[in-house]
Amino acid sequence: MSQKPLTLAEKLWRDHLVVKGENGAPDLLYIDLHLIHEVTSPQAFDGLRLAGRDVRRKELTIATEDHNTPTTDIHLPIVDPTSRAQVQALRDNTKEFGVRIHSLGDKNQGIVHVVGPQLGITQPGMTIVCGDSHTSTHGAFGSLAMGIGTSEVEHVLATQTLPLQPFKTMAINVEGTLRPGVSAKDIILAVIAKISTGGGQGYVLEYRGSAIRSLSMEGRMTICNMSIEAGARAGMVAPDEITFEYLKGRPHAPEGADWDAAVEYWKTLQTDEDAVFDAEVFIDADNLDPFVTWGTNPGQGVSLLDSVPNPDDISDPNEKAAALRALEYMDLVPGTKMKDIKVDTVFLGSCTNARIEDLRSAAEIIQGKKKADHIRMMVVPGSQKVRLQAEEEGLDKIFKDFGADWRFAGCSMCLGMNPDQLAPGERAASTSNRNFEGRQGKGARTHLVSPVVAAATAIRGTLSSPSDLEK
Amino acid sequence: MEKISVFSGLIAPLKRSNVDTDQIIPAVYLKRITKTGFEDGLFANWRQDPEFVLNQPQFQGAQILVAGPDFGTGSSREHAVWALRDFGFKAVFSSKFADIFRGNSGKQGLIAGVISEADTEAIWAAIDAEPGLNATVDLPSQKILVGELEVSFEIDEYTKWRLTEGLDDIGITLQNEAAIAEFEANRASWKPKTLPAKGV
Repeated sequence: MSQKPLTLAEKLWRDHLVVKGENGAPDLLYIDLHLIHEVTSPQAFDGLRLAGRDVRRKELTIATEDHNTPTTDIHLPIVDPTSRAQVQALRDNTKEFGVRIHSLGDKNQGIVHVVGPQLGITQPGMTIVCGDSHTSTHGAFGSLAMGIGTSEVEHVLATQTLPLQPFKTMAINVEGTLRPGVSAKDIILAVIAKISTGGGQGYVLEYRGSAIRSLSMEGRMTICNMSIEAGARAGMVAPDEITFEYLKGRPHAPEGADWDAAVEYWKTLQTDEDAVFDAEVFIDADNLDPFVTWGTNPGQGVSLLDSVPNPDDISDPNEKAAALRALEYMDLVPGTKMKDIKVDTVFLGSCTNARIEDLRSAAEIIQGKKKADHIRMMVVPGSQKVRLQAEEEGLDKIFKDFGADWRFAGCSMCLGMNPDQLAPGERAASTSNRNFEGRQGKGARTHLVSPVVAAATAIRGTLSSPSDLEK
Repeated sequence: MEKISVFSGLIAPLKRSNVDTDQIIPAVYLKRITKTGFEDGLFANWRQDPEFVLNQPQFQGAQILVAGPDFGTGSSREHAVWALRDFGFKAVFSSKFADIFRGNSGKQGLIAGVISEADTEAIWAAIDAEPGLNATVDLPSQKILVGELEVSFEIDEYTKWRLTEGLDDIGITLQNEAAIAEFEANRASWKPKTLPAKGV
């Protein structure tokens, strides 16, 4: 019997289909893991209480505190009363409904998208949701992982399913070998610049090709993380030996015969050879430069070797208007070399780039170097466990000797819900995912960069790559 | 949820593309644990500019918003929809919506209707010619009437049905309780569970 060849995303859809939608109704998909945090869940728990409903699968649900939490003095009560109330609401709700939570001070507390993988609870072939658009991160394991709104959070809590309209599929083929100083972050910034912030709308992206295959799990997570910045709700990488190696021995990874059964299934999670994607994009990894953004959306990026673009060169009227607005907001002049842009603050953190490998790669660049005097650098590990591991490896000492602030784990300055914010007009090189107006603080100006570009920038004081540093 | 059919209201233009949810409501407004009262956060940074469209006297009380392409990109925050709703908007039109925003709108009774870029421009021109214009949104026939102008909009059939019937998603899904239970009975036993907690 011949079967229609399927893409990885289509296989995952098939394997989680509870009810096929008819007459335009969405399909009902089973959800294997629901991650929760304090910002997008209180109204969902309220909804359950109002309707007299319970959490259907407590054992497929896990919570952590991350968006609002302070990154200093975490032993003290949270100063801001509204943040404190929101975190307290999460603690109360998880207690009332019997959901596992990792609170401030716990070694598994941290950014929800760092915690899932580090516990080994993010595995290939799963459907994973969270009330956070960067849930796409977990697609790095070959999962269908997506951000949802609060109504959907309530829906998953109550039913462990989600009604979804089928997506189209897009292959992002990245072939070749990255040059030194070029990393996963540069790949995804280049992808978004190519297909724009709306290019992925309605699609699940599958990152493929030799450059993706040779990336670590951390690098794959960085790429999948920013799928949403291209408008795609999910991005994924087919699992392979690198995936299995990462998972083996983690707390929630299967063991013994279960491991063998799991791996046997995981190995089937590949796009079939003859499967057809609805769209394909090609990126040449061999010739990729470090990528940075100049504007106020993640698609407004260029090679670090280029200059600030001239809006007059943009033909699309909407994009041109957006570029003009962005340049005004960013206080940049067309033609300025990106490397001449002086920054005030370097932020190394976020669910995009705050895993141990990110910290290691930045530490390697700054070790023995001197920070530019005017630069403020803040390092915020993605989880408390990442922080502890970094301290075990002595990375904290390297950052502190350099003059950087070594913080506790959380989302921090990526979105500035806690006190970690930029001042109006302050310019940052940030390893986070969004350079939107006001994202990191009212009037703040953000350039998205990779961890090694962040490190080199902290040394030189202007946007820089490691190759700009004196040997 | 209230049933939606045909309604009229003041229509306002938002002549910007890529209006991300951080602009619709900045993160500092997301700390509330209630589901209402988010109107003060709507476009909070832009509203500090007296020239901003929603600060203009002729657009006070607007219920229909017509924005540029790629509306609602970025963060999944449903607060963006709550803020629009609490401010008084019942419908937003754009040539392109971010997927999560569009989904969130449908759950909260806010119409997110897709119109062509040409129609967006035409509506903007009509409003420019007569600011303070009222428009009629007809959900069953998927039409917007702005003065002499009649524009069709797209909305997926299922969302339209739910909005016109005022139906709650969870209630619909729970009609499939037996199918969910059967699916659960057949899940592989090695699939990960968060409880009992390991690695703590």
